[in-house]
Amino acid sequence: MRLTPKSATLLALVVLIALAPVFFPSGFYYRVGALIFVNALAVTGIVILTGWAGQISLGHAGFAGIGAYACALAPVHWGIHPALAVLLGAAVSAVLAWLVGRPILRLKGYYLAVASLGMGILISMVLNNERELTRGPDGIEVPELGLRAVLKDAGLDLSNGQFWYFFCGIVLILGAWLALNLRDSATGRALRALHGSEVAARTVGMDVAKLKLQAFVISAVYASVSGSLLALQNKFITPDVAGFMHSVEMVTMAVLGGVGSVAGAIFGAAVLTLLPQVLTVFAEYEQLVLGLVMVLVMIFLREGVVPSILRKIRGSGE
Amino acid sequence: MNLLSIEGLGISFGGLKAVNDVSFGVKPGEIVSVIGPNGAGKTTLFNMISGVYQPGSGKVLLNGEDVTAMSPHLLARRGMCRTFQNLQVFQSMTVLENTIAGYHLQESGSVLADLLNLPSSRRRAKEAEAGARDLLKRVGLERAAEREAGSLSYGSLKRLEIARAMALKPKVLLLDEPAAGCNAVETEEIDHLIAEIAGSGVAILLVEHDMKMVMRISNHIVVLDHGEKIAEGDPASVSQNPAVIAAYLGAENAAG
Amino acid sequence: MSELLQFLLSGVTVGAVYALVALGFTIIYNASDVVNFAQGEFVMLGGMITVMAYTAGAPLPLAALAAVLATAALGVAMNKLAIEPARGAPVVSLVIITIGASIFIRGAAQLVFGKQIHTFPAFSGDDPIRILGATILPQSLWVIAGSVAVFVGLWLFFTRTLLGRAVLATSNNRLAAQLVGINTPFVMTLSFAMSAGIGALAGVLVTPITMTSYDVGLAFALKGFAAAMLGGMGNPKGALVGGFLLGVLEGLTAGYISSQYKDAAAFIVILAVLFFLPQGLFGRKSTDRV
Repeated sequence: MRLTPKSATLLALVVLIALAPVFFPSGFYYRVGALIFVNALAVTGIVILTGWAGQISLGHAGFAGIGAYACALAPVHWGIHPALAVLLGAAVSAVLAWLVGRPILRLKGYYLAVASLGMGILISMVLNNERELTRGPDGIEVPELGLRAVLKDAGLDLSNGQFWYFFCGIVLILGAWLALNLRDSATGRALRALHGSEVAARTVGMDVAKLKLQAFVISAVYASVSGSLLALQNKFITPDVAGFMHSVEMVTMAVLGGVGSVAGAIFGAAVLTLLPQVLTVFAEYEQLVLGLVMVLVMIFLREGVVPSILRKIRGSGE
Repeated sequence: MNLLSIEGLGISFGGLKAVNDVSFGVKPGEIVSVIGPNGAGKTTLFNMISGVYQPGSGKVLLNGEDVTAMSPHLLARRGMCRTFQNLQVFQSMTVLENTIAGYHLQESGSVLADLLNLPSSRRRAKEAEAGARDLLKRVGLERAAEREAGSLSYGSLKRLEIARAMALKPKVLLLDEPAAGCNAVETEEIDHLIAEIAGSGVAILLVEHDMKMVMRISNHIVVLDHGEKIAEGDPASVSQNPAVIAAYLGAENAAG
Repeated sequence: MSELLQFLLSGVTVGAVYALVALGFTIIYNASDVVNFAQGEFVMLGGMITVMAYTAGAPLPLAALAAVLATAALGVAMNKLAIEPARGAPVVSLVIITIGASIFIRGAAQLVFGKQIHTFPAFSGDDPIRILGATILPQSLWVIAGSVAVFVGLWLFFTRTLLGRAVLATSNNRLAAQLVGINTPFVMTLSFAMSAGIGALAGVLVTPITMTSYDVGLAFALKGFAAAMLGGMGNPKGALVGGFLLGVLEGLTAGYISSQYKDAAAFIVILAVLFFLPQGLFGRKSTDRV
């Protein structure tokens, strides 16, 4: 049987997620793994938006913030179950992305970067300043999702770390599956086409504005769900989730792994999530390293690590 | 009846009239060529007809409908497609994907179906791929299908652009210097291809520098000089026209 | 009345800083078509290096001079190490590079200077000057005078000196400038040095009023960019006017609406300008060609 790149990526992901716990020296690594999956999910959205459609966003953490605070606020204020709050957050993010995206996606390059950055900062400003609702910069507790208890009743007893590891892993597999489906569909092909040449994309009948908006909305939903999962597993959230640095992290993870590839996104998320956990001194150097990675990758490995390696392997194979 | 009618089209860049009051028409199955010395305004005219530039004056009628300054993607829906002088292929996509992109209007459905890989999405993709492979065979690129478009030779890219445009099954096809940079063999292949497309009833508007090719395949020729139409007619009459000869000689003398 | 005047005065003060940052953006943008998101870090460095030199015992003017020169040198290094190697890269890559450089500088500043908030004494004391019932700090006058002086200096440089005209020629057409013998790499070096130096000067002037810490750069970069866009990207006059306008708008927002949301003013301006006035107040309309 011939394995398509899509099934190869998904299979590798499933195997990695299932087998990695065998090598975990301690339960702590379940938590690290879950964080990697959450970040990888958001970065997969960036791959769709930036890697395929070629549109930059420096404000996607704003949508993560909406997803996170939906889980913190909706259950308390409106009695909505946390699981539904995830969907509510995603819906709010999608609507907001649709509203904001229509005007700002007409912009190109630097202007789009700044406009999206402004959008992200406005969201985090609201989360910081509307203390009565969000309790401001100190953060707010997030209710328990409750799924672990259900599983326990059903006879599957997982530790908190294990539960979130597998739960986020499954969501990531789902997210990767959707993204890979999209890639080789009419929509995904059109997104990559308009990245190559907007003029040519128009002449073959592609509605460029609509396609960009679709990519923006889809990537916003990815970021939102990622924010929700982060909030639910930490059971606490601060406005930092919507901050500029979080947006920059997403973009950096994407370009490190390879902004055009889902596998690359996951790799980039894994590296930059693991680094601070493994190197405790890293915390102090985090910004330094992040900045350096961004500059070096863009100069020396413009396609990102994973696609560059794949190209090497293919090149030597022929 | 004209499928494509150009009526008094004009545009200025910074006070300079690049194209001024140009009119002509193209019928189904007809090959109309626009010729003229460098800088005569041929590509500018193309850009206006295909909705890339907004004309300063005049109208473009497609099948009787006023489509002046309409966005290219809406023109594509109405059956007009074009190729580019300076090649606009999707470099990092494969040759096959480039061609499938031409099927966008027939292939695209709901995003949700695409995300979920629903049978409808898969079926559409499969049909588009089959069509694209046929087209690649017709333009002689079937063996390059899986290669990245950026790695193709210039002549092959020209044919790829034509294949992509053909995928739309256009009623009107605008070809901007399809044979530029091609060798004699490739030019002849493109020659046949264009004649074949016209034979199927497509109205073709052509900008081309290769005079031999223009004289060979055109039914009708429009001559531009300094943005103005100075002559039109069948190849024989245009090639005898003193104004046309003067324009070309003048251009050559100025260049020499 | 005096309340309005007070808001206007504080707006003009910060506006002068934004104008300086916007001028810095403009110089690099004109020379290289790059929007340098690290521009705000130059402001931070100007303040921080002055603090460091001053606490080490250097007299304030000397400390300030050292800060401006050191930052200018850093700007040149950034151009050589991060921007030049990526010449011709797509805009998305350049955005990521300059953002990366800005985060790198910020991270380095955090290591060197720590996370504390720093300041140094105002140049001419802290006794407020009364004007029609409102007050203004002497330092504010320094800031305003500084930005106007820099603008006049730049104007003289670009119109009256051969070197300045060489820079303008390069920004109009790099290839043509090379053909007539202009040393374009030197023009780039000079542009980054000037831009970084001006940013640092802004930092030196404003730190006694607003204080500084390693992470103030981003806000300055965004507001400088907003000001440059408001005035018309690439136009020095626009940068000056845009800076003052944005500052006043921010002052009024803080005074009459909400000081928490004063930073939002800049983004509302960015978005409004992008949609209604894409060329800015003084920008020229360009025809793009396929």
